[in-house]
Amino acid sequence: MAEKVLLVDDETDFLDALSQRMEARGMNVSTSSNAAEALKRVQDETFDAIVLDLQMPGMDGLEALKMIKKENPELQIILLTGHATVEKGIEAMKLGAMDFVEKPSDIETLTEKIKKAQAKKMVLVEKRTEEKMKEILANKAW
Amino acid sequence: MEKDWEKLAFEGLAFFGRMSASVSHEIKNVMAVINENAGLVEDLALLADRGAALDPERLKRTAAAIQKQIRRGDGIVKNMNAFAHSVDEPVRRVSLDETLGLMVALSQRFAATRCVTLSAGEPAGVSVVTNPYFLENCIHLCLAFALDSAGSGKAITAVAESEEDGGRIRFSGIEAPTGPFPSQTALEVARAIDARLEFNQTGKTLVIILPAKIQG
Repeated sequence: MAEKVLLVDDETDFLDALSQRMEARGMNVSTSSNAAEALKRVQDETFDAIVLDLQMPGMDGLEALKMIKKENPELQIILLTGHATVEKGIEAMKLGAMDFVEKPSDIETLTEKIKKAQAKKMVLVEKRTEEKMKEILANKAW
Repeated sequence: MEKDWEKLAFEGLAFFGRMSASVSHEIKNVMAVINENAGLVEDLALLADRGAALDPERLKRTAAAIQKQIRRGDGIVKNMNAFAHSVDEPVRRVSLDETLGLMVALSQRFAATRCVTLSAGEPAGVSVVTNPYFLENCIHLCLAFALDSAGSGKAITAVAESEEDGGRIRFSGIEAPTGPFPSQTALEVARAIDARLEFNQTGKTLVIILPAKIQG
């Protein structure tokens, strides 16, 4: 199944080229040029992975990560950054980021991480469905 | 008043670090766009190898996107080079328009992250004899305060003007000051170039007043 990905970066030329390359690799790609727009999209649609730039005008990537994770804990987020400092990496992981990729990135590495994100999300969704089913079965008077 | 060279050395180095970090981040973004567009050409070549038709328009668009980033990167590196050369001479005649233009260009990323529009006003043809590096440092500290105090979606304008005996740089659009100004660091840096800082909260302006010639 095609991975559904949301790419978020304020560099529109970057979004343009990367989304074309990801689509050529069979992914279903949507783009947002700012975090606020991305948050709205996440409320309306589901994604297997979000590739999020760390530094953007207005709301930065870490702030957006916090908000997305609060609303959709199962969403898998890969952070993109010009400077991958250890501190930022640790902070991002603590906030629930799945991975960290430094710019300029290698498309094959990014694709691999997106596939892992999709698999991880599927496991989480299945687990949640199973828990719900168990809850229904336990509470329902048959 | 005495100049505290130890504090100035520390702030001077910290200023160089902040500017270098910002510029390197911008260069990384330029490289990332070039990298993806070069990859796109590679993808198109692989598809052509497998018999797909090459679309010349798509290739032209990709080449144009790369050239655009090369120009952007060249501008960033030129500005960084001019900034690095500002430590060549401790005291020299400096065009306030050029120095302000350089600092405004180097501060665009700081402005963008705060969603503030930053621009330089019309050139005034003013020059003073000063320490170019500490003048840039002083402008940077004023710009940082102005950008933090502008408010999202607002604009900061910086303009060089002539004074009776020297020159001045005026920053306008300081809507909601984030705190008192000048800070101890800004005062110290202004003192290094014999400058005065005047913040007018009612008029929402901040001014650096510079003598025609720095004292020793």
